[in-house]
Amino acid sequence: MENGAEKIIKLEQIVKSFDGEMILKSVNLEIGDKEFVTLLGPSGCGKTTTLRIIGGFETPDSGTVYFDGKAVNDVPPYKRPVNTVFQKYALFPHLNVFENIAFGPKLHGEKGPELTKKVLEMLEIVNLKGFEKRSISTLSGGQQQRVAIARALINQPRVLLLDEPLGALDLKLRKDMQIELKNIQQRMGITFVYVTHDQEEALSMSDVVVVMDNGEIQQIGTPQDIYNEPVNAFVADFIGESNILDGQMLDDYYVSFSGKRFRCLDAGFEKNEPVDIVVRPEDVDVVSVERGMLTGVVSSVTFKGVHYEIIVDIGGFKWMIQTTDYVENGAEIGLYIEPDAIHVMKKSEFSGMFGDYSTFSEEMEHLSDVNETEEEA
Amino acid sequence: MKTSKFVSRVYLFLILLFLFAPIFVLIFFSFNAGKSTSVFAGFSFRWYRNLFEDEAALTALRNSLVLAVTSGAIATVMGTFAAYGISRMRRKYLRTAVMSVTNIPMMNPDIITGISLMLMFVFVGTMLGLSESLSFVTMLIAHVTFGLPYVIMSVMPKFNQMDKSMPEAALDLGCTPLQSFFKVELPEIMPGVMTGGIMAFTMSLDDFVISLFTKGSSFQTLPLYIYGMTKKSVSPKIYALATIIFFAILILLLVTNFISAKDEKTQAKLNRSLRRADGQTK
Amino acid sequence: MTGAGARRKEVKKTVITSLLSRFAAAPHVVWSVLFIVVPLIFVAYYAFTDRNFAFTMENFSAFFTPKYMQILGRSVKLAVIATLVCLLIGYPAAYYIARANAKRQKILIMLIMLPMWMNFLIRTYAWMVILQDTGIFNSVIGAIGLGPLKLMYTEGAVVLGMVYDYLPYMIMPIYSVMVKLDPRLVEAAYDLGCNPAQVVRKVVIPQSIPGVVSGIMMVFVPSISTFYISQKLGGGNFYLIGDAIETQVYTANNLHMAAAISLVLMVILLAGMFVMNRFSDDSAGGGLIP
Repeated sequence: MENGAEKIIKLEQIVKSFDGEMILKSVNLEIGDKEFVTLLGPSGCGKTTTLRIIGGFETPDSGTVYFDGKAVNDVPPYKRPVNTVFQKYALFPHLNVFENIAFGPKLHGEKGPELTKKVLEMLEIVNLKGFEKRSISTLSGGQQQRVAIARALINQPRVLLLDEPLGALDLKLRKDMQIELKNIQQRMGITFVYVTHDQEEALSMSDVVVVMDNGEIQQIGTPQDIYNEPVNAFVADFIGESNILDGQMLDDYYVSFSGKRFRCLDAGFEKNEPVDIVVRPEDVDVVSVERGMLTGVVSSVTFKGVHYEIIVDIGGFKWMIQTTDYVENGAEIGLYIEPDAIHVMKKSEFSGMFGDYSTFSEEMEHLSDVNETEEEA
Repeated sequence: MKTSKFVSRVYLFLILLFLFAPIFVLIFFSFNAGKSTSVFAGFSFRWYRNLFEDEAALTALRNSLVLAVTSGAIATVMGTFAAYGISRMRRKYLRTAVMSVTNIPMMNPDIITGISLMLMFVFVGTMLGLSESLSFVTMLIAHVTFGLPYVIMSVMPKFNQMDKSMPEAALDLGCTPLQSFFKVELPEIMPGVMTGGIMAFTMSLDDFVISLFTKGSSFQTLPLYIYGMTKKSVSPKIYALATIIFFAILILLLVTNFISAKDEKTQAKLNRSLRRADGQTK
Repeated sequence: MTGAGARRKEVKKTVITSLLSRFAAAPHVVWSVLFIVVPLIFVAYYAFTDRNFAFTMENFSAFFTPKYMQILGRSVKLAVIATLVCLLIGYPAAYYIARANAKRQKILIMLIMLPMWMNFLIRTYAWMVILQDTGIFNSVIGAIGLGPLKLMYTEGAVVLGMVYDYLPYMIMPIYSVMVKLDPRLVEAAYDLGCNPAQVVRKVVIPQSIPGVVSGIMMVFVPSISTFYISQKLGGGNFYLIGDAIETQVYTANNLHMAAAISLVLMVILLAGMFVMNRFSDDSAGGGLIP
């Protein structure tokens, strides 16, 4: 964002509602040329609607969409310089692989050996050499995915829109495709606008992540920014694991929470301003009780492979901590928190909504992911 | 478990016997050399020859086919566009209202559908001072009307099942809405259109009650011709006709069944090999 | 100049195509109003007028007389009996078909449907061949020293005709519900301690109610409104409401009376459907079947 890349898409105060329900409340977004931008958020946050407005499938109630500085609100999808990879691929079952990919160019009057060459090249880019005569129903999910990408890319769009394209694939294939998509984007040198609810996917692929909730953009930034400097409790909770506590900014570089006073790296708050504190589970060191800045009792231990995930009860607040050292359930331990592990945020509408780990939130999160595809409009 | 299997087979056999007994009787007596329907006087093709010499029967058959093809085609085109439009109606009450009205001819007794159309045609015909209110056209209108719900019923689910993003993908790749309909949506819903068309066609071919009330004097369909015959004494040539129709339908059904069964087999084989495919493309 | 012209043409094209997609159902809607709704209004109009199209209740006072009440009563009685018989013999058939393996199911369904493709006039007429005094049935029982029985021109023959013609309409909807019944439900019932009879009573039957309801409607409606079956197999001795309508049109030439009878029949059927729908809604909630 800061490198001054030319802006190809600009959304200005986009508002959209369905059946009286506000889906987007004044969205402002600029997308730079050749960037990989991800719209990230939970189900119903408005990310897919935003993508569909860019694609031309929905018209905003108010606000303007600009392409290269020109308003395109009234331009129908078939005249926009964008192409889309749909959630369930939307390949045409009555056409074979070749015909599907050649669909767009044919509409623009291309034919003959040149078109054939172009399609075959495209197939090579998506690693489907030799599949041109296959019918769509004989392809696996991953293969259909590649055809859908080829079908969109062959039109040489300025921008490729991808609506949860990996949602239907299993985990292993998903990881492979993530890398492949990123490679294709860099090789072709075009802008990708990618919609997902998977924060890991967003962090590992994107140049810019746009976190959305409640029809509003919560934060725009690089994956590192988003993870290390979340602007509010929602972003902190949605991206990665986090302990979010109520705190008070005592002075510049001093904050208090859990009844203790800590050194931190944040400044510029008012004296004694109430704030939200984020501490990532991997940033806390487990130490002996004597050396601990905070002490508590371990209430559960789960083995996760690379580390243990332990829940520690500190004055009624359940902390999640990831540590490579084994601790016993029921043991009393001390916690040591470095100043750079403490992130201070201004209070927001989300304050108090995301607390500790006393409920089994992981399972709930998983359930909501499953429903995602059906719910998103 | 074994006895219950035996019971079910015997039961189904008896049901089928009941359903087919009269048909077998017809077929049997269609080859009777004599005219009696109780005494078999020896094998003969007499009634088949007789049938093909009967101008009235052949004309009625031709009329039936003309009517069924015309009304089936009109109902299919209009019904397909209707299903497209209805499936895109955003207001639910409007959709429900249109569907309820569409289904009336399917729910109402044929005799009432027939009478209601007849009353209107007669009234309008008298008002316009026509010498004859009922004609081929009135019958055609009636047949299109009761064919429409069958077309819509079989096309609608295809539109509803179709991935919503399919037409969007077409627009995305540069189709205008009209191109999208003909290049993408129509091929997708084609099986439903075919089924609906065939249903409208056969309903028209088979209809007797509604035809009876909306027929003109100059246009007689096969069921009406048969009705006229059964009012008097029936000639066994009608049995011959029934036999021919029966075997024509049987062959048609067997062929379509055979084709779809073959399709399913290859599809099943493909699906099995697909499960391994994801691993190979990595 | 030309650019603006082309743009205007483009806009026009877009407007036309969007109109087309919005009004694709319009021809059908117009058609349905003209040829479904308006004709039904004509039924009511004719029913409440005399030959000079002056308002009258006479058609109805002529209908609500013992003569027509007897016909109506008989129609309802025979149609109810035929529907019940269809249900009784059709339900087990649908159940057995749904339990057969997929290949056999296909063949069985094809066989059940096959007679429906035959012209129903001929099929009905074929029963005359079987049932007449010198017909096949009497020759068969005559050979073993029984009969001859008087089978034709009885109420029984009329019911038989109805059952024969409309039995597939009962089997098909019940079958299509049964075949969708999740086999895991049946397994779960066994697992929870049901015996086979209880499984049928507590799981299969309640689940199949929607199919039964539409089967009943699909048999009852054509049964109560038939006139051909009663003419042929009843020999004109058992006048039904359909016969009454047909006679008014073609013999008495009184379209107004025919309209009145049709209107009454329609009201009865609407009331019946209303009750049936209530019934099926209730049992979907889990009540009526013990």
